Order: sequence, then structure tokens, then C-alpha cells
Amino acid sequence: MRALSFITAAYLAVAACVSGMVSAHAEPPAMRGTGDLGIVIERASGSLLIVDTTERRTLSRLEGLGDLSHASSVFSRDGRFAFVFGRDGGITKVDLLTATIAKRIIQAGNSIGGAISDDGTLVAVANYEPGGVKVFDSETLDEISSIPATWRGGQSKVIGLEDAPGRRFVFSLWDAGETWIADFTKSGPPDVTKFKGIGSQPYDALVTGDGRYYVAGLFGEDGLTVLDLWQSQPQPRRFLQGYGRGETALPVYKMPHLEGWAVAGERLVLPAVGRHEVLWVDIRSFEEVRRTKVHGQPVFAVARPGGRNVWVNFAHPHNDVVQVLDSLDGRIVAELKPGPAVLHMEFTPRGHEVWVSVRDSNVVQIYDARTFEKKAEIPALDPSGIFFTSRAHQTGL
Amino acid sequence: MPDRRHIWGWVSVMTAMGIGSAAAQSPSPDLERLVRQDCGSCHGLTLKGGLGPDLRAERLSGRQPEELAQIILDGVPGTAMPPWRPLLSQSEADWIANYLLSRAPE
Ligand code: HEC
Repeated sequence: MRALSFITAAYLAVAACVSGMVSAHAEPPAMRGTGDLGIVIERASGSLLIVDTTERRTLSRLEGLGDLSHASSVFSRDGRFAFVFGRDGGITKVDLLTATIAKRIIQAGNSIGGAISDDGTLVAVANYEPGGVKVFDSETLDEISSIPATWRGGQSKVIGLEDAPGRRFVFSLWDAGETWIADFTKSGPPDVTKFKGIGSQPYDALVTGDGRYYVAGLFGEDGLTVLDLWQSQPQPRRFLQGYGRGETALPVYKMPHLEGWAVAGERLVLPAVGRHEVLWVDIRSFEEVRRTKVHGQPVFAVARPGGRNVWVNFAHPHNDVVQVLDSLDGRIVAELKPGPAVLHMEFTPRGHEVWVSVRDSNVVQIYDARTFEKKAEIPALDPSGIFFTSRAHQTGL
Repeated sequence: MPDRRHIWGWVSVMTAMGIGSAAAQSPSPDLERLVRQDCGSCHGLTLKGGLGPDLRAERLSGRQPEELAQIILDGVPGTAMPPWRPLLSQSEADWIANYLLSRAPE
């Protein structure tokens, strides 16, 4: 077992060097699965690490991915390829087995994230500049469709792009306050359904793992909007309206993220905006159940797979701490101090461990998700997003 | 709402004393890092824009450092640009404003 993985690793290391020259024509990879692989974005240097979560180590470093601030990633259905979306509008298709760049395109000036369709054939990316969504063939990265986010104010920045069952993508328009569903069931141009007036400045969104709810967080007002995608004619519904209770919002030095928004049992767990609180909402009624006062402006509230705990990190200047909440009663059960600038947390597929990127210490720390004990540390340059291949099989990730 | 006259008063006193520009010249790796990393989370790591607008020198050219420093300290109410006054001093904001206006293209 050990010997085999050593050989694999050695092969990958060599493959990384060789393929630097011959790029897409790498040797066929040595036999291994990808279910325990993932990537760590090194945001300042335009590089990423391919990591093995079983052995808790780096297999290779890949460079030349452009501006990776705010980069995110989705995975092909076979778990072999990562599609990395960069700030500079780049989409890089990374082969995790050969540790090579299979394909790279620059598709817009400024983008914010992407999604992959349920059948794995379409990769979509949301753009700020020029605002809209573009859709590509996941095999070739050839453009299939371009949907400009046109509204009466011009072209809107697009955020919260998510996949939904049935070859659909759902996204929201920051400037316009609209949510659009682009349905690619038929070949040819998509059917686009537009929902106006979903609220002021939607800043990110999530689709629940069952593919039922699209939830958009609002920056311009206290509240969120949900669309029930199971309905043939979904109606946007506002919830948690006025959760700030009229109090002056605290400054938000980093936008919370919603893809990490957690479903823990019957509850949706959401970072409040402008309040140092995590909000717990009943997943059927969308009524508030409780709130937890936390250490700072929450950025990610991520449930451990299965939902037993929720891990929360924070915006500047409170970003050196991670708090762990108990899903039964919302209490804080642990407070960790990984170090300056904790940017992201990613659980192993069944949630036994969690990887935490600590940007200013240049490390990724690995914790036991049950005992909160630190198990290992991996060096990384300015690490930000961590993405494991198990996302390939989850709606909305 | 902070008192703007007070802030302008300070800026002009500091500018008259040459404090703003002196601060701008002294290298400040910590502030530079803050701009790239923490302003960068909205304006892009290379400051070419994101949720917030492009902050590269070419685009800001012609703007007054005092105006930018005030935006940094007070934010832009009603938008996602937060007030940095709780975290940054006047001279730090001045340094950042001058830094933004004089940054070489990447
Ligand atoms: C949470 C997001 C966010 C963060 C963090 C942020 N900004 Fe902004 N910033 C914005 C937005 C949005 C605007 C545009 C406001 C408007 O519509 O006028 C803006 C506008 C500005 C402007 C005015 C630009 C112009 O052309 O008028 C300056 C200068 C600026 N920001 C500097 C900074 C600096 C310096 C930092 C870090 C200390 C920072 N910002 C951090 C969101 C942000």
C-alpha cells in the first residue's frame, strides 16, 4: 500500500516535470483513484497544489493559472479534472492524475465563479466584466452559449451561479436584483426564466444538496430570497426579513460566502451580514429558529458532512479564529486559533477531517473534525480555497 | 455619520505639515499587504476590479489623494465599500491613497 502510493507519487512528480514540456500529451497515469484527491489554491502566485487527503500531503504543484484571487473550482464527474475559475476570467482544466494543465482559456475580463451541469457536460462561469454567464463544453472548453446579464441599467455583475438538476444553471444579478434560470435541457440556446425584484444587491447564493432551494443572500437589505426549484412555477420568497432588527450594520470587510452555507439536519445555517451572528433557519418553513453570537463577521459557515457541527471562519480583522458550533443547540463547542487569515475550510468526503487554509502562515492545517485535534500541516504559498473531488457528486458544489 | 469637516480639517493640516506625503514615501509592507489581500478581496488581488471598481493608478489618475483617503476611512454609504476608520488611521489612509495613485502597472 505504502510502496504503491510512493511509486504513484514519484510518477506524478516526474509526470509534472515532463508534462511541463509536452503539456496535454502526458503519459497515461499510473493506476490510482481520485476520490481522496483535491486542490489547494495558492492565490498570490497563480499556482495550485494537488493534494492527497488520505496521506495528508502534496502530490505536486502546478503553476501558470493566472490571477487566482477568489478562485474556486468544480470537478468532472469522474473526479479526474478540476475546472478552476480565476479572477482574470481564466478557466483552467487541470488533470489531477498527470498533474498537468489539460486546457486553459481566458473567457472574460473579470469573473467570480462557476458551476458544472448535473450531467457533467457543461461548465458555466459568472462574470463581473462584462456581466453575464458563459457556458462551455466541459470536454473541449469551446464556448456553447453566452448570456449577457442585460437589464435596464446596462449589464449587471453576476453572482451566485449554481447548478440545478436537469442541465440548469441558476444565477443572480447584483446590480439588477434579479435571479435567472438558464435551462439547457434542449440543444441550442437555453430557455431563460427571469425573476425580477428578488431584493437589493444579491451577493452570493447556494443550491441545497437536494437541488430544491436556491437561496440568495442580499447585501442591500436585511434578508434573503429563496426559490423552490421543485415547483413548476417557482415564486421568489423573502425570508429572515429585517434580521438586523433595525440596528446599524457593522462594516463588512469581506463578503460572506454562501456556497459554504450549511445545511445541518433540518436547519440552514447562514452568516448574517453586518452582524457578528450565525442565523439558523428551519429548512421547510424558512422561519428563524435561533442565532449564535460569534467572534466576528462570519465568512463561511460550513457543516461537517452529515451536519453534526458547523465550522465558522471570519472576516478581517477577526480572521485568525475558527469557531465550531454544535448543531443540536447552536452553542460554540470549540474555538481554534489556526493563525492569521483563515480563508477557507474543506471537509474530507465523509467529514472525518477538515482542511483549513491559513494564508499568512503559508500553511494548510488539518484537524480531526470530532476531537478538533490538529493532525498535520502542509506548506502552501498564500493558500486560499481548498476543493476536494467529492464535490463532483454534490449538487450545488 | 462621521463629521466630514473634521476629517477635511485633519487632512489639510497633515498635508500642510507634509505628514501625508512623508507617510506615503516610507515603505510599508504591512499596509501594502493589507491593500493587496484585504482590499483585494473586493477589488481584486491586482486591484483591477471585482465587486468594487478598478483601483489601478491609470484609472484613478486625476483624483485627489485626500478624496480617496476619505473614501477609504468613511466608505461609500449604501454600497459594499466599508468604512475603514475603525481599523486604519488617517495617516495610513493617506499612505494607501498615495500608494494607489502611484502604483506601477503589474
Ligand atoms: C467588501 C468589499 C470591499 C472591500 C473589502 C473594499 N472595498 Fe473599496 N469599494 C467597494 C465598492 C463596492 C466600491 C464602489 C462604491 C460605489 O459604488 O461608489 C468601492 C470603492 C472604493 C474606492 C472609490 C473608487 C472610485 O473610483 O471612486 C476606493 C478608493 C476604494 N474602494 C478603496 C478601498 C481600499 C483602499 C480598500 C481596503 C482598505 C477597500 N476599498 C476595500 C468594495 C470594497
